[in-house]
Amino acid sequence: MKRRDFLKNTLIAVAGASIPLSALEMIDPRELFAAHPELRWVFLANTHKCVGCGFCVKACKVENDTPYDANVSRTWVERYVITKNGEIHIDSPKAARDGFISADIYKGQNPLALPEVDFAHGRIEKPSAHKGEFEKIREEDIAQAFFVPKLCNQCENPACVQVCPVGATYQAPDGVVLIDRDWCIGCGYCIMGCPYGVRFFHPVYKVAEKCNFCYHRISKGLKSACVTACPFGARQIGNIRDPNDPVTQSIMSERIGVLKDEYGTKPQVFYIGLNKEVR
Amino acid sequence: MVHGEIWTIKEFFVLPNEYIYWSIQIVMYPFMTGLVAGAFVLSSLYHVFNVKQLKDIARFALVFSFALLPVAMLPLMLHLQQPLRGTNVLMTPHFTSAISAFGIVFLAYACIVASEIWFVYRKHFVDVVNNLQAKSQRTMLENLQLLLNRVLTLGAMDIGKESLDKDHKAVSLLAAIGIPVACFLHGYAGFIFGSVKANALWMTPLMPVIFICSAVVSGIALCIITYIVTMKLRTMWAKRHQGEPGVPSIAQLRQVEDTEVRMSAKALLTFMVLAVTLELLDIIFRGYTAVKSWDILREVIYGLDFYKIFVFQYGLGNFLPFLLLLLPGVTVRRAAFCSLLVLFGVFMMRWNVVIGGQAFSLTFNGFMHYHLPIIPHDMETFKEGLFGALFVMLCPYVIFFFLNKITPVFLEEESH
Repeated sequence: MKRRDFLKNTLIAVAGASIPLSALEMIDPRELFAAHPELRWVFLANTHKCVGCGFCVKACKVENDTPYDANVSRTWVERYVITKNGEIHIDSPKAARDGFISADIYKGQNPLALPEVDFAHGRIEKPSAHKGEFEKIREEDIAQAFFVPKLCNQCENPACVQVCPVGATYQAPDGVVLIDRDWCIGCGYCIMGCPYGVRFFHPVYKVAEKCNFCYHRISKGLKSACVTACPFGARQIGNIRDPNDPVTQSIMSERIGVLKDEYGTKPQVFYIGLNKEVR
Repeated sequence: MVHGEIWTIKEFFVLPNEYIYWSIQIVMYPFMTGLVAGAFVLSSLYHVFNVKQLKDIARFALVFSFALLPVAMLPLMLHLQQPLRGTNVLMTPHFTSAISAFGIVFLAYACIVASEIWFVYRKHFVDVVNNLQAKSQRTMLENLQLLLNRVLTLGAMDIGKESLDKDHKAVSLLAAIGIPVACFLHGYAGFIFGSVKANALWMTPLMPVIFICSAVVSGIALCIITYIVTMKLRTMWAKRHQGEPGVPSIAQLRQVEDTEVRMSAKALLTFMVLAVTLELLDIIFRGYTAVKSWDILREVIYGLDFYKIFVFQYGLGNFLPFLLLLLPGVTVRRAAFCSLLVLFGVFMMRWNVVIGGQAFSLTFNGFMHYHLPIIPHDMETFKEGLFGALFVMLCPYVIFFFLNKITPVFLEEESH
């Protein structure tokens, strides 16, 4: 075989083989997204507008199939009461699902209460004192009080994604961190890794669970359930890559804060009127 | 009920989704891996560093380490919410996660220990095959034994001096490779905790080193106890069969036991000094630098968990056995007592790290108290309760019992 023929044949063989090989190439969602880099979901919470009605929590529980009475929630509202002597009182009873119906502050359960034995079912129950205790704070002692809504921060550098041993939790190209319920092994490492405590085990599916900005809604052009339910506009969702988005404009022009930026997670839930007491 | 709710008591402000998610089984996990690594290091002291006095306990520690190995995996499986998906870690390991490579490191280590045991016991397997083959009449059980041992020889029937020397070399080599891998296996468990940046108590680069040192301490302690117990059983057996050929005299047994225990106790002391120094360094450093989290950590360390940390872990688990071992004239009984205390101390250390790390809220504004489920009333309270932990603790002994039938740890004619 002459050198010329050899080169010619090689060229034909390579060209011929590359056609079926190119058909085998997998479609990478990141490539598809690269065509639309103009989407990054962010959230804006205005603590001045939040009144602690709990409609957002209610809406979230119903929308996202979180058992209504289970003591976990994808989103919650915290109440901060700071007295004149500098004491800070914080609570979020039932994740504020029913709103803050009492002026008394929930102080948690009493660890010293003895357990009660339920002889009928042969099990040890938490005592009634464990249901919790409340503290009354006199109105004239209060220096300031406010509400802070919380939800998943859809971090740019999510610790939960980093620590998942099987890759069952991952970041979508538009920034939202999602969970594959069919692949999660339920080790709880992501729950431990999240500095914001937004993750929990779903009581029914027995896998890790958290807020995903209602991904099934926002990807259809709807707003997240909590945003829709909020009667005061304290919760807003938007696209930070769009300069005309009202959320982007607020983030650009207002003085905003994020939670726990010292962890390097780059959280994407922004707060207007964030106090230093909020962690 | 939400996972974790049944054993968590929340005091003051704790986030709605915060519970003690990692409970007793995650305390058991580093405890058991630590025992594996420690037992292996003890056996390597003889195989690699040629500490002759440890010869008898070395082989024992090696087989015991192998018996402990599958049990190190057990607590992890028991704590998974989806235990049937446990193999996903091997199928799609996500390597940015500190636990994704656990299966790989674990299997690599298992291979090393298994092949080391094979080299140590090859001559024994061949001897058994030869002895049984020489018999004209064999029972059913003996036939089975013959088949098993023939498979175990893997066809390598040569027991000439030259090939035995090669075996010996292979053992030394494997033991030498095994030490760093054993340390890695356990340092890795420390890294799993130390790298959780969200947890103020866990996040320290010292964590892997602390874990390795306490692992070696606990492994040696457990070997001492188990060794003493098995020696007592052997002495009882020897008493009954005194005078028969091949039965060692009681004085002989007592003397062997005495030297082995005394030497192991020395190794135990050395590693204890290291472990305690590092643990104290960690606390002192935290107090001295006093970053934001120190306020709540101080309340946990000096308040909530004071008894668990300073009385049980350091007092009963470290300083008391340390003093007792330093006093001259260590007896077998005292060494056994000290080893029990040390084991308890290391268990408390794991407890204080795992449960203590979850004793405070991420907001630093509240506490979580852990109530270990004692009487199980469903699968979850069994798995993650007292009986689940006891089950994990008993497993290695059951495995060791059967393993000892195949690879007997006490062989008198052994020349290795």
